Amino acid sequence: MVNLSVHIGNLFLKNPVTAASGCFGYGTEYKDFIDLGKLGAVFVKGTTGSKREGNPSPRMVETSSGMLNSVGLQNKGVDYFISDIYPEIQHYNTHIIVNVSGSTIEEYVRVAEKLNDLEKIPAIELNISCPNVKEGGMVFGTHSPSAIKVTTAVRKVYDKTLIVKLSPNVTSISEFARAVEGAGADAVSLINTLLGMAIDAEKQEPVLATVTGGLSGPAIKPVALRMVWEVYNSVKIPVIGIGGIMNATDAIEFMLAGATAVQVGTANFIDPRVTVKVINGIEDYLVNKDVTDVNSLVGALKIVH
Amino acid sequence: MKKFIHDFQIVANRRVNEEYFVLSLSGKQQLPEIKPGQFVQVRVDNGPNTFLRRPISVYNVDYDKNILYLLIQVVGEGTRVLSELKSGEILNLVYPLGNTFSLPDGEKALLIGGGVGVAPLMLLGRWLKEQNKEPVFLFGFRNSGLIVDIDLFNRFGKVYIATDDGSAGEKGVVTQHSFLRKETGDISMVYTCGPEVMMKAVALWAENNDIPCEASLETNMACGIGACLCCAQETVHGISHVCTDGPVFNSKELVW
Repeated sequence: MVNLSVHIGNLFLKNPVTAASGCFGYGTEYKDFIDLGKLGAVFVKGTTGSKREGNPSPRMVETSSGMLNSVGLQNKGVDYFISDIYPEIQHYNTHIIVNVSGSTIEEYVRVAEKLNDLEKIPAIELNISCPNVKEGGMVFGTHSPSAIKVTTAVRKVYDKTLIVKLSPNVTSISEFARAVEGAGADAVSLINTLLGMAIDAEKQEPVLATVTGGLSGPAIKPVALRMVWEVYNSVKIPVIGIGGIMNATDAIEFMLAGATAVQVGTANFIDPRVTVKVINGIEDYLVNKDVTDVNSLVGALKIVH
Repeated sequence: MKKFIHDFQIVANRRVNEEYFVLSLSGKQQLPEIKPGQFVQVRVDNGPNTFLRRPISVYNVDYDKNILYLLIQVVGEGTRVLSELKSGEILNLVYPLGNTFSLPDGEKALLIGGGVGVAPLMLLGRWLKEQNKEPVFLFGFRNSGLIVDIDLFNRFGKVYIATDDGSAGEKGVVTQHSFLRKETGDISMVYTCGPEVMMKAVALWAENNDIPCEASLETNMACGIGACLCCAQETVHGISHVCTDGPVFNSKELVW
């Protein structure tokens, strides 16, 4: 019998495998395919203070081993989440973590305050890294004084586990990890999508209506692994690894680089059962390696040369 | 409606013409009811350039033989790989996805398709016939070489053809077809699927003649199940998503 459970701050996860925000809806979209109760947690869709329509079409284009999106935080707002979504999803036998975004610090604070009152939401993930909105989002995640300000402000009103999702679109992601750790974050998750673009040479036009978008999928995994490893070596709080995880081996690589838990994102679009396969694969790996506790993988990377 | 993910075996890969082919797929499980207009998300392979699933309309279903048919046009890398599949090979599907068409009030319905857009009109025509309606097909193709399975559509209703070059049927686009200038008084519903420019012209014709019109849209998708919100379509009610709110929309609701 192996132990798969991990802790993110005060939050106990039955296993380190979670579904990434923006890739898993509210979980309900996947319940025909998997038992949601098997997951460590579900990070639900980015939620803002008021309703957002998102960006115009086209919002998505396939790229080599990945995809670009410019959805732009389409959601019906935190009040709709509380009145219409929460009553249904609170019964899931897994943690529901809400990804929180906003255009201003006040908006982040307002959303966090409202979510603080929901008994079955044990944590929030502060999204200071969405590349697809004009105001807020990544602006907070690429300017460290702003990252500190928004994290400090939310920390004041939010009592439970506070995770900050970092942007890879910076020179030194460790600097941001240390900044939000100092501002009271309980954990960091990384990476959000890498800013990119696609061009239609025939039309001589950008493919996405917003010109640029966020790159995800296995194409970004090497970048994500490097960043998780750097951040793990820079902070004391737990790191949640994200970026192109398609299978258990990918997830294990993130844990070896220093991730205490992982988020599976784009892979859910290709295989809606992938999260459960990743959990089973990690367990098999531990058994084969004769390792009894998944926590012993965290940061266990051996650098021999 | 419950969704599934299953492996299917290719029973046949029938070349229809130089661009189109029909895959016949057989699963181990009994097929659930699949409604006209619904689609499947096909996993192509593990290639870097065919990373996402491809949304493909269901062409027909044979519940007795437990076979699903997909009519596909070769348009890019993914559909090219699918066109080369051989009997016995395995294809993974997420299905059935999306909504369906509504039943017309009256008896006669006009089904207007362009190119590979005729695909969902096969199952629709069959369903209308089963509901004791009278489907009439009006199809547009670039030329006679691209005409698809007319004999199969003929089982459910009369088929009129237009081709761009006049090599079969009437020369011109579907909305120029003489059928639309006569015999249309008793049509109670128009359904359309094909290139957007054609569907817009059809919707306009229907609106001008005070006939309700439903259009089945095609767009790039990632998940196909309402999670990623990538397949946005502007409607009079705001942003909708083709995968879960569609692919079938009332033409008057579309902002296009």
